Amino acid sequence: MKSNFRRTSFICLCVIPAVILFAIFMVAPTFNVFRLSLYQRSTFNPNEVFIGMKNFQMLMKDATFIRSMQNMLLLIVMVTVFTMATALVFAGILTREKIRGQSFFRVVFYIPNILSVVVISGIFSAIYDIDRGLLNSILNLFGAEGVLWKGEKHVIMSLVIAMVWQAIGYYMVMYMASMSAVPGSLYESAEIDGAERVTQFFQITIPLIWTNIRTTLTFFIISTINMAFLFVSAMTSGGPNNASNVALLYMYNQKNLGGGYGYAMAIGVVIFLVSFGLSALVNKVTERDILEY
Amino acid sequence: MRLKKESRGDRIYKIFIYVVLSILAVLILVPVLWVMVASVKETSEHYGSPWALPSHIHWQNFADAWNEANMGGYMFHSVSITVMALAILLIVALPASYCLARFKFVGRKFLNTCFMAGLFINVNYIVVPIYLMLSDGDKWLKGFLGSGFLLNNHFIVAVVYAATALPFTIYLLSSYFSTLPHDFEEAAYIDGAGYTRTMLQVIFPMAKPSIITVILFNFLSFWNEYIIIKTLVTDKNAWTLPAGLLNLMQAQQSAAEYGPMYAGLVLVMLPVLILYICVQKNLTKGMTVGGLKG
Repeated sequence: MKSNFRRTSFICLCVIPAVILFAIFMVAPTFNVFRLSLYQRSTFNPNEVFIGMKNFQMLMKDATFIRSMQNMLLLIVMVTVFTMATALVFAGILTREKIRGQSFFRVVFYIPNILSVVVISGIFSAIYDIDRGLLNSILNLFGAEGVLWKGEKHVIMSLVIAMVWQAIGYYMVMYMASMSAVPGSLYESAEIDGAERVTQFFQITIPLIWTNIRTTLTFFIISTINMAFLFVSAMTSGGPNNASNVALLYMYNQKNLGGGYGYAMAIGVVIFLVSFGLSALVNKVTERDILEY
Repeated sequence: MRLKKESRGDRIYKIFIYVVLSILAVLILVPVLWVMVASVKETSEHYGSPWALPSHIHWQNFADAWNEANMGGYMFHSVSITVMALAILLIVALPASYCLARFKFVGRKFLNTCFMAGLFINVNYIVVPIYLMLSDGDKWLKGFLGSGFLLNNHFIVAVVYAATALPFTIYLLSSYFSTLPHDFEEAAYIDGAGYTRTMLQVIFPMAKPSIITVILFNFLSFWNEYIIIKTLVTDKNAWTLPAGLLNLMQAQQSAAEYGPMYAGLVLVMLPVLILYICVQKNLTKGMTVGGLKG
């Protein structure tokens, strides 16, 4: 038998560095988001004054904040719907059908996911450019007017396109993994019963990977909040006229906007609560009896 | 077994599928390749049709990006911060995940729950309080030592990267460690190896595939990161590639120097693409194990 002391000290040595780093750089800052939201702290002066819920009251009247929250929710919904639909269909095709070059397609579809958002925003600047952009030059070819892709009217749509472009591969690989676990015999018997491919997809594939779809919905909510911030800060900086501002960027920019850190953290708290609320809601709505195979 | 003759409908469906798949592949590949072509175009050529190929390969863009736009310096910072962060992460996360997965001790459940909860906290939610903590720390140090060293410090940036990557890494590694049978350790103990030696010489070598997955994912996220470095380092010349490139792109909107900008884009994505092509099997396989990474 090994002595108890040596076992304990070994465990401590192994675990404590991770716990310390985690506590300092994740637990404490998260705690501070909530604490500071009740304080006033200006950008230049580190003095903190307790002001209770005042920051939140101000937020409710801040038109830019409300707009950035709306944009964030709009992006979550649109990116989730488009990415999920496309990723599910393509994953279904790639797992069910015998496709030549299957792994080529899988490798290509995943490429956007490994690129930095800065690179992607550089690529999409070239696509969306007014005079020399790829998209407008194609439109001109058909005699159509060039579109102001990053103008106030279309900027959200342009962001959605870029974000879906980036995310499809990731979710596709994820769905493919769970789809390939569905036993082929189910499809064979469905085929004998005369079920078409589309019917098979909706009656067999979707119900059987439902748990996985629910998990990814939570990922969608959490990661879109973050990706929207990255994309907007690299592509449009929230402009024009806050038309593409999102909540996390508005929080980050308080440092320069003069709202102070307390105000910024109040925004952070609202984002936290909205994301948790939304995840809980989605989880509740999508609850089904788990099917086994 | 049942033989089925391919009907005409099936054939049309097959063709339709290939067309759709190819369209998506083109939509992904063309923009990426376009940037690569644009990076060797001459300045005047950027004002012509965007689809025109360059008359000759203009490598000068890369030299300009490397020297004048400081991409060389950014590249060096990117490499050194990424390497430091990966090293810290592995040294801290490997033993911790091993213990959390395989030893029963007081508080283990609590710690596992904490790290799991950490999966849902994105760095960008807490980057402002991290900045505040470090700048307050610097002020305190100034009164103490005369100068602070927490902000504008690449090592600290690497520590922040590593610390915020801990939940995901520990989750991935411990889910692997918990699948191993306990016989491995028992055999090692009987042979007289201590805890440390068992961990280093028996367990870690077996975990190599998982460790590679961890390195890959975190390499991608550290290499591509630009919010933290921009927040914690004020000197623009000390930034990493993506942050420096973003700065260049935003400056570019007024002064049109497209060549070096696209060259910079290529410099950021090329290492990642090469790595991806070498290891794409591990990456997509590891992803389904790791599941969560936004």
